[in-house]
Amino acid sequence: MLIIKDLKASIAGKAILKGISLEVKPGEIHAIMGPNGSGKSTLAAVLAGRDFVEVTEGTVFYHGKDLLGMAPEDRSKEGIFLGFQYPIEIPGVSMVNFMKTAVNEHRKHKGLDPLSASDFLKLMRDKKELVEIDSKLANRSVNEGYSGGEKKKNEIFQMAMLEPKLAILDETDSGLDIDALRIVANGVNKLKRPDNSTIVITHYQRLLDYIIPDVVHVLYDGRIVKTSGKELALELEDKGYDWIKKEVENQD
Amino acid sequence: MNGKSEVTEFYSGLYSSNFERITEGSSPYINSFREEAFGNFAKLGVPTRKNESYRYTNLDLFFKHDYKTYFIPDESDFQKAEDFRCDVTDLDAHGVVLLNGFYPTVNGKLRKLPGGITIGSLNEAAKKFPDLIEKHYGKYAGSETDGLVHLNTAMAYDGVFIYVPDGTVLKKPVQVVNLVDSKEDTFNQHRNLIIVGENAEFTLIICDHTLSPKKFLTNAVSEIYVGANSHFDIIRVQNEHNNAAKITHTFIYQEKNSHASSNNITLHGGLVRNSTYHYLGGEGAECNSYGLYLSDKWQHVDNYVNIEHAFPNCTSNQLFKGVLDEMSTGAFNGRIFVSPDAQGTLAYQKNNNILLTDDAKMDTKPQLEIYADDVKCSHGATVGQLDDNALFYMQSRGIDKRQARLMLMFGFAHEVIQNIKVEALRERMDNLVMQRLKGELSRCASCMVKCG
Repeated sequence: MLIIKDLKASIAGKAILKGISLEVKPGEIHAIMGPNGSGKSTLAAVLAGRDFVEVTEGTVFYHGKDLLGMAPEDRSKEGIFLGFQYPIEIPGVSMVNFMKTAVNEHRKHKGLDPLSASDFLKLMRDKKELVEIDSKLANRSVNEGYSGGEKKKNEIFQMAMLEPKLAILDETDSGLDIDALRIVANGVNKLKRPDNSTIVITHYQRLLDYIIPDVVHVLYDGRIVKTSGKELALELEDKGYDWIKKEVENQD
Repeated sequence: MNGKSEVTEFYSGLYSSNFERITEGSSPYINSFREEAFGNFAKLGVPTRKNESYRYTNLDLFFKHDYKTYFIPDESDFQKAEDFRCDVTDLDAHGVVLLNGFYPTVNGKLRKLPGGITIGSLNEAAKKFPDLIEKHYGKYAGSETDGLVHLNTAMAYDGVFIYVPDGTVLKKPVQVVNLVDSKEDTFNQHRNLIIVGENAEFTLIICDHTLSPKKFLTNAVSEIYVGANSHFDIIRVQNEHNNAAKITHTFIYQEKNSHASSNNITLHGGLVRNSTYHYLGGEGAECNSYGLYLSDKWQHVDNYVNIEHAFPNCTSNQLFKGVLDEMSTGAFNGRIFVSPDAQGTLAYQKNNNILLTDDAKMDTKPQLEIYADDVKCSHGATVGQLDDNALFYMQSRGIDKRQARLMLMFGFAHEVIQNIKVEALRERMDNLVMQRLKGELSRCASCMVKCG
């Protein structure tokens, strides 16, 4: 589904990603962990198409297509979803209008007619229930005045509406209390299908109590320094990141 | 006085050469203001950029022009006005049309609406209702610095007159459509007088249109009196072509516990200057002053707001927003004056602007003069671009950049539109704003008027 090869990227001339290779197969859940500043969010930004990150080397193929050559909106329509670490507030644009536009853009891309107003509202209702989001939020401007937890739930709600093939959740757990964390994780699990994949980017292990990864990668200083099964996450929780840093330094 | 400018001379000449025609048909009371007003105009002149409140607006672009006519119509001119129908079909309103500032004569000059409301020609009303005119005419419009208010008073002949008696609630709004139409470049001035009694409720919609592609200059004054405990809304929609200039001066005088709001929506026009004066003349009065302007090419839109808190415990709120494209320019000047007696004043002001290009320019200036102690006052102004993070967020959900920009701009503008209480008009404005932002609304061809 997603094949990243020797990806190098910099921000304002400073190298952040220093050669990342990674393959995600249909149905897999990958966790990318790592200390602060290791490049986790930059990787998410590259995959979503943010223009402040400059890719200097390497390739990313998504379903056989060159992802790096695609506009952000086309990536979305092809089935990639980025859950933002800091969801953006958009004053004056209602959640309903925002989602209706997005859903219909996706449908147009698939050659489908736009949803009727009533079908759309029904879809909104169903998905809201799924992610346990307050239905009043939908009438407000996108993320405006939402609490931190509401913003994160709203990300999962949008994911539910757009049904991506590959979801990249960037620090979706940060700033969540345990109840919100459970709701967010449940949402992700309910949306899981055998053919769609998820990349969970997180600093802490606790989200992985709820979303069980198939593969865990540790990112450090712009490189993947360790890849293993889900037990790696527990080990990190137990021992922190220092031993990994030492291992890397010893290798150098 | 340091010698009249050439421009001021021209308009003084227009006054002299039309003096007889104007005074002949006007009521003696309206005529009684002319001499002094003309004196004031001669002294103050057409405002230049040395005038603090016109600092960012170059009136010469339109005033320095040899307008061929000062329009006084005859009956045949009114056929087009009579034929005009607003295409907001679901807007349920009592309609009035002014042609170049004059009230059509075809179907009688004054008419009655439910609740004893009178609407019609100011010229006619001045003869029929001298008591009302003497109580209100010329009482609210005035300026120590703006010669154009005086030029209007000196030459005013006709316009809309509305009288809403005490206790009358009119659910349907009244819609005044100002049509400008001439085969020659024309200078127009009209004068409106709106009197809303006590405990009344009234909504007025004013639509400004141009019907022919000549150069036009309009200098209009509206005097509005809002009685105690009354609610009054005025919504002005401006949609004129790029070769037209619209200067409006709206004076709203409010008695105690009254609510008034003004909303100036400028969709199109070469040069637009709206001066809105709110006088809070009794305890507990409240006013909202809103504005939205969308400009492109060489358009210039200037909003001047003057709010005077003369009594305790009054509230005022200003919200003006603009989207400026290409090399268009804009100005906002919001003055809040709080007199020493006006304790317990609440006054808010906000002006936000989006510049879509490096060439667009906006000057914004708050002007607070506060002489009381117990006052809550806030003001804020922003001039910026569309938020890149918001654009990316929308793109990441599959919305292309063009559409995302449009949605952001529309959302920005809607904050002003949403204050229009008349639903059909609000929806229509949302529509027009969307069209305007898409660039589909250009020149008068696409204005609400079906020209020819």
